[in-house]
This record gives sequence, structure tokens and C-alpha cells, in this order.
Amino acid sequence: MATASPPLLAVEDLQIRFHTLRGVVHALDGVSFEIARGESIGLVGETGCGKSITARAILRLVDPPGRITAGSIRFEGTELLTLDRRAMRTIRGQKISMIMQEPKVSLNPVMRIGRQVAETLLIHDRSLSHRQAEAKARDMLGSVSIPDPARMAQRYPHELSGGMAQRVMIAMMLVTRPRLLIADEPTSALDVTIQAQILDLMTDLIAEIGSSVLMISHDLAVVAETCDRVIVMYAGTVVESGTVDAVLDEPSHPYTRGLLNTLPDQVDPDRPLQSIPGNVPSLLAPPVGCRFAPRCPEAGPRCRRETPAAYDVGAGHVAACFLHADGGVA
Amino acid sequence: MAAYLIKRLGSLFFTIAGIAVVTFFLSMVIPLDPLAAIAGPQAPEETVERLRVVYGFDQPIHVQFYRYVERLMHGDLGMSFQTNRPVLEDILNFFPATLELATIAMVISVVFGLLLGVLSAVYKNSWIDHLSRVISLVGVSMPVFWLGLLLLLVFYFKLGWLPEPGRLDIMLFEPPRVTGMLLVDSVIAGDWEVFWDALKHAFLPAVVLGLYGLAGIARIARSSMLDVLTQEYIKTARVKGLAEWLVILRHGLRNAMVPTVTMIGLTYGSLLEGAVLTETIFSWPGLGRYLTTAFLTLDLNAIVGGTMLVALLYLIVNLLVDLLYAYLNPRITLASGND
Repeated sequence: MATASPPLLAVEDLQIRFHTLRGVVHALDGVSFEIARGESIGLVGETGCGKSITARAILRLVDPPGRITAGSIRFEGTELLTLDRRAMRTIRGQKISMIMQEPKVSLNPVMRIGRQVAETLLIHDRSLSHRQAEAKARDMLGSVSIPDPARMAQRYPHELSGGMAQRVMIAMMLVTRPRLLIADEPTSALDVTIQAQILDLMTDLIAEIGSSVLMISHDLAVVAETCDRVIVMYAGTVVESGTVDAVLDEPSHPYTRGLLNTLPDQVDPDRPLQSIPGNVPSLLAPPVGCRFAPRCPEAGPRCRRETPAAYDVGAGHVAACFLHADGGVA
Repeated sequence: MAAYLIKRLGSLFFTIAGIAVVTFFLSMVIPLDPLAAIAGPQAPEETVERLRVVYGFDQPIHVQFYRYVERLMHGDLGMSFQTNRPVLEDILNFFPATLELATIAMVISVVFGLLLGVLSAVYKNSWIDHLSRVISLVGVSMPVFWLGLLLLLVFYFKLGWLPEPGRLDIMLFEPPRVTGMLLVDSVIAGDWEVFWDALKHAFLPAVVLGLYGLAGIARIARSSMLDVLTQEYIKTARVKGLAEWLVILRHGLRNAMVPTVTMIGLTYGSLLEGAVLTETIFSWPGLGRYLTTAFLTLDLNAIVGGTMLVALLYLIVNLLVDLLYAYLNPRITLASGND
């Protein structure tokens, strides 16, 4: 994918540290990836592997004590990490927006939902009157299939179901037609029965607007269904990335293989589910070498000595594992 | 909404009736003879007995109670022994001054209490947080009489920036009495000179009282703001690209106000009772001094009347707090009407 124009988003060597009383938490170490225009990328991994913090870093909204200590995030060629606050705010909500995990608590409980959707428009377009913004907000509520948008716009979040609240969230974050939408576990907090509805709705709207998507999920099925490429994260590092088909059909990192084994088998439903033995290591003192080595069934002495680079396993599919390096794990 | 109000006002009536009954019987069981207080220590026995008949204290309790209720039904709170005027007239005389002072003090408490509370939450553990803690501590722990005298010494006696104690300069005439509150009456009369002078007179006592209320409000505002600022919807507001101060005011403050309003109501209620020390230092003819004198001279009718007024004030403030609560927090529906 070597094109002349820069990718929509390029994250390079991102490093995030939390300075806490118990020590420095190495939350993110050397994370790099790119998102092309119109592309959907899935970010998968266990809880605590750094998915959400990566997303918040793109918007430069890492909560203290977390701090971006190194790296670069370029959006349409502009470095975001050195941008002044005002310019950064024109990016948030307008060019990059984000759908949160828990829709019910992510909406302001004391503000009518019509106003909350209109607010995103008003922040970024000073020429818009309140009346125009509210009208646009109602249209947007209609396009996320909220019935009777004019009446629903007057409702408060506590009067909505989780699914409805997530529709409002989607409306609120897509009403400005952003170039990049980050969706942080958009369906995890919802009932299984409406997860698919919300996903379909999101993908349709995104296709219409033409946004790129960074879909964060611990659910590989969701990523398989909605994304073009997938990035697998483990303990603050990227361990594998490639097209969804390549990664899911031929997982090249033992962690990805372990993750796939935890899913029910479609062909043989009676196969017992497997878990990955051990726990995610403490990021206060991450293991030397490959961070997955302590749990890896295939680890050799080299894995506990050196940090693996990203090795090409074919057609843009890379894995950070010595299994694919010259000399192997020995 | 209307049904809710009617229901609340109805329950207000019964509460007042209950308070009237309780205060009556309490005044009956106190081990002191109010007549001795009226007649004075030197009065001969037959004078006291004659007064007993005049005031109806010779009747059995149920007759006295019947007369008391009958009087109350006609809005008659009885005569004050100390002023020899109807208690209701006295209250209407003294209460507006207290209402005026308490309201100004409340505005000071709310404005600065919220400001300090919000700032110290936003800049947690910074110098402003520490400063606000010091101000709160001073506000609650500094004796009112000491602070009042100190402020008078500095701003009236030394600097001469603010006027002497009292409500109005002696060279000025009070505007025609409408509400009894000089600030309101002077506006009604269009007398700006009186308005300005009355405002200057009210300033120091209001600051002294306001500082007291400020501490509690700042503390609650700080803790609820700290809680609100960690909520997900605050993050959402930031993701939308909203400037930080708008995130705090538009999305944070309104949510943080919900618990703070309760504190504001309680503070206002206690200010409306009158504050005898502040009123004494600043020669403010308010309810606090009137009621304190009534208690000290065993002026029974004034005590009962004052108690009922204070109870009524608390009930009204509570009702206002509940209405405000429902306005601020759409999750609360008034229709359920539990009080």
C-alpha cells in the first residue's frame, strides 16, 4: 500500500507511561500502525492490553497520570502530539470522533439528547444557529433509526434503552461526518440481540460518510465482520497485524493463535474451549524480551533475551515473533 | 407539577398544625412561670394572680389549648409580653431585615462557595485547592463576633470605606414601607441613594454570615465536582471538541449542583432564623435578636410564634430545594411526590 499521499493516520513508536506511587507503568511501548482513507481497522486484545489508551492517545485525551512519553501520531500529515490545544480541539469531534463503550453513562444525564447531538455541530460550526443545529440533530437521530426523532430529541438519557443510547452516541459522533471514527467496544455493553443491529447501522452510516474506522474490540467475531485489517495487541505492544483474512486464517503469533483457540469452533462445536494459561504481565515491570514469552508455549531462550521486531510473513501480514525470524527462538 | 404542588402545600399545612400543637404543649411543661417574668421579681402575689386571670393561664389546659387554636385560626399569634405588640406585627417588623440580610449572605455564599468548590476540584491539590480549604476552615471556625468586630474595625473605623453599624445612614429617610426590605422598597420608590447606602450597610454583616455558609457549600461542591469529573459523559464532552471550561461549566457544574443544592437549602434555612451575634454587632434589627430576647424573657407568645415561623421557613426552603432538585435532575419525577 505504498501510495504518494500520506495515510489518514500514522501512529509511530507510541509510548505511554503512567507515573504512579507504585512505580512507572509501561502501558504502551512502541506501538505503530497506519490507517488508510476509507479503511476499517480492528484493534483486538485482552482487557488491559492498551487498546483503549491507544484510542484516547489519538485524541490526545489520555487521563493523568498517563502521559505520552514518545512517538508520533500524524493525522493527514499533521503531527497531533505537538499541535496547540485550540487546533487539537478542532480535530476532536469534527475530524476524529469516538464512540464510547458504555452509552448509558457516556451521555450527560441532565441534558436533552437533541441538544447533546446538536452541541457537536455547534462546537465546530460557529455560523450555525441553535435552531439549525437542533434541526440537523433531529435529522441525524432519524438516520440512526431512532423512531419519532422530534419527540425523542426532547428525552433525557435515562429514558432510553442501552441500544437507543448507543444510537444517540453514534448520531452525536457522526453528525459532523468525521474522517476517522474510533469505536471503543461499541457493542460490548449491549444485549447480544441488538449488538448486530447497532453494528450494521454503524457500518452503513460509515460507508455512506466514507470515514475510516478504528474498531476496538475484544471480540474477534465483531472485527472479522466489520474490518479490513486487524491489529492484535498484547501487554502494550503490537504482536501481529494484517488483513482480517490472513490473520484469522493463518495466525502467525502464538498469542493470536491462543486468542483464536478461545473462540468456539464453528466446525466442531463440541471441541472444549481453551484458555491461554497465565495472566497478562504486570506493566510495572514488563518481562524482558517478548512480553508474551512467559505464557508462550513456543518460547525459546531468545524470546526472554531480545525484543522481537515485526517480521513480514507475507503480503503486509507481520508478526512480532522470533518464530518468523532468521535463527528462530533458540 | 400542579398536583405535586397542591400535595406539598397540603402536607405543609398539616406539618405547621403539628408544630403548633407541639410548641403549645412544650410551652406548658417548661418548669418556669411566664407570669413571674412578666410581673417582675418584686411583684406582690395578688398582682401575679390577677395577671394569671388576664392572660387566661388560670384556665385548664384544654381550655387554653382551645383558645390558642382559635386565635391561630384567625392568624393571631397573641401579644408579645416584651414589646406589648401583637407577635405577628413584631415578626412582620423584624423578619424582612433578616430576610434581606440572609439573602445577600446567601448570594455571597453560593457564588463564592461554588467558585471555590469548582476551582479546587478542577485544580485539585494545587495552591487554589489549599487556599479554598483555608478559607473554608476560617469560615467555620472563626467566631462571628470576632470577625464582625475585626471587619468593622478595619473597613469602618480605620479605612472608612464602609458605613457604621445599622441599616441606613441616620440622615436618610426610609422609603415607604412595602416589603420591609430596604433594598427592595428603595427600588420600588426609585430612591437610589437609599438603595446604595442600604447596600453598603448590609455588606459587612452579609460577608460575615456569607463566609459561614460558603465553607459548607464549597466543600460539597468540591466533592461532587470531583466525582462528576471522573464520569464518562465528561470524557464524551471532551471528545466532542468542547473547550475545557465549557466541559466544566456545561457538563460538570449542572450535575455537581444536584447534591450541592441540598446544602444551599440547609444553609439558607439556618440564615433565615436570624443570627443574633451578627445582628447585635451590626445593630441589625433582625429576627435573631428578637427571638433571643423572647427566649431570655420567657415571652411565650413570641417564642411560639417565632418557632412556627422558623418551621415554616424550613418547610418552604425544603419545598424550593425539591423543586430545584427536580429541575436540575430530570431523573427525579415530581409526580411520585414522596416527601
